[in-house]
Amino acid sequence: MICDSCAKNQATVHLTEIINDKMTEMHLCEKCAQNKGAMMQQHFGVSDLLAGLAGIGAQVDKEEGPSSLKCSGCGMKYADFKKTGQLGCSRCYDTFRRNLAPLIRRIHGSTNHIGKSPVKARKATKAKTEMSRLKERLEEAIKKEEFEEAARIRDAIKAAERRTPGAGGKGKS
Amino acid sequence: MQLNDLINNTSEWLKGTGPDSEIVMSSRVRLARNIADLPSSHWADKEHKAQILEITKDAVSSSKFMKDCLFLNMKGLDEIDKQFLLERHLVSREFTQDGAYKAVAITANEMVSIMINEEDHLRIQVMQSGFNPTDVWRIADEIDSELESKMEYAYSAEWGYLTACPTNVGTGMRASVMMHLPMLVLTKQIDRIIQAMAKLSFTTRGLYGEGTEASGNFFQISNQVTLGHSEEELLDNLERVIKQILGHEQNARRASSIQNRAQLSDKIWRAYGTLKNAHIISSTEAISLMSLLRLGIDMGIIKDIDRKLLNELLLMTQPAHLQKIEGKALSPAERDVKRANIIREKLK
Repeated sequence: MICDSCAKNQATVHLTEIINDKMTEMHLCEKCAQNKGAMMQQHFGVSDLLAGLAGIGAQVDKEEGPSSLKCSGCGMKYADFKKTGQLGCSRCYDTFRRNLAPLIRRIHGSTNHIGKSPVKARKATKAKTEMSRLKERLEEAIKKEEFEEAARIRDAIKAAERRTPGAGGKGKS
Repeated sequence: MQLNDLINNTSEWLKGTGPDSEIVMSSRVRLARNIADLPSSHWADKEHKAQILEITKDAVSSSKFMKDCLFLNMKGLDEIDKQFLLERHLVSREFTQDGAYKAVAITANEMVSIMINEEDHLRIQVMQSGFNPTDVWRIADEIDSELESKMEYAYSAEWGYLTACPTNVGTGMRASVMMHLPMLVLTKQIDRIIQAMAKLSFTTRGLYGEGTEASGNFFQISNQVTLGHSEEELLDNLERVIKQILGHEQNARRASSIQNRAQLSDKIWRAYGTLKNAHIISSTEAISLMSLLRLGIDMGIIKDIDRKLLNELLLMTQPAHLQKIEGKALSPAERDVKRANIIREKLK
């Protein structure tokens, strides 16, 4: 079989591509395949397709002017993300939230996770709920001038804080 | 265990057993995970990459599942070895490029492989023979929970597991099923099915992802969406569409065995004849003939060959495997001779 591209050498690499949901076959010699391979890497990366979609937040960019917005976690700019389609760290999700939320909705049709969560995250959520409940009760007790009760709740809050530091304050989002 | 021991192994996914294994070759689940507060693998500097490797390696080595696993630093491997792992579906194509700070842990039966510093810090992959994505997910889930207890994952209650690429965010789960659909190709129904799959947010690829050597009627179907549905829902959706495709392929096989039995038998026996006698065979020709032979076995037209043997042949005749068996680099022309030799030997 002769190479489809140069029509000179023996074809040794056989590619099957799915373009526009249609299967096409291509038979290439090693040399042409290498060139084609380099081209394909440029053309077919998810990142590149994403980079196209990443412009969805462009309007937000204009209003806020933050194409230069930089992530405090890793120093990545939104412009870098648009180039590579990959975020620099998990904090980027917060930094670029205004641009990412519409993008994520476009990709997945949703912006809310349902499914497995790490045990630690589950515990942290539980601890946070418990903490805010205790704080509400504390305020109520103070309002009603039930100071003995308030002192007991305050101790409970302190104990909870010792058990799971961070549950009362900022914790991971 | 050493890398070279794998060559005499039958990978778990090649056993040719499990539900609907006459059409579904294998089921695979992969989970994308990252360590909190560390930069993504592609964005990290050397120190951070080394740190990611160290943390994940520690976690993997303390995992019960990964006990006695083969742990390979990609940097120490030559091109043939990397290609060899790719052909066995133990690493991704991207992973074979630039090996610095990349490593993979592989269990002895090759059911589990964990890639470190791929696009995400961790890619946990579980693969089994036959149609059983839910069972495969359960194993991946257990390994994931084990690893999670040793490190803190990047996770948000709103967006789930935070991944380098937003296309994987949420569950971080990609479940895929490898199907052999020769009759849907022969009857030209396949394009319609691929189109319908895309509309339903499923991706269809060839045997080794996009841009790989001839597919031989093998198709990999996977979920595209990872956020907004639980793992069980995503798996349920996938299983439902796979069952539909399975039904179509079965119908096409049944119909052809009534209407065109003679023509089909002729095609299959000729394929068998060529494979048994050829002295030079390209990978395209080999894979398409082996696809026909497999169809013959699965339809009971050819009775003296085991499906597992054919699965093994499919793998052994890939370029890097041929060169590993030969123990040296081979030119494409030399590979075609070696390939034909191995096939003749095995089908004797």
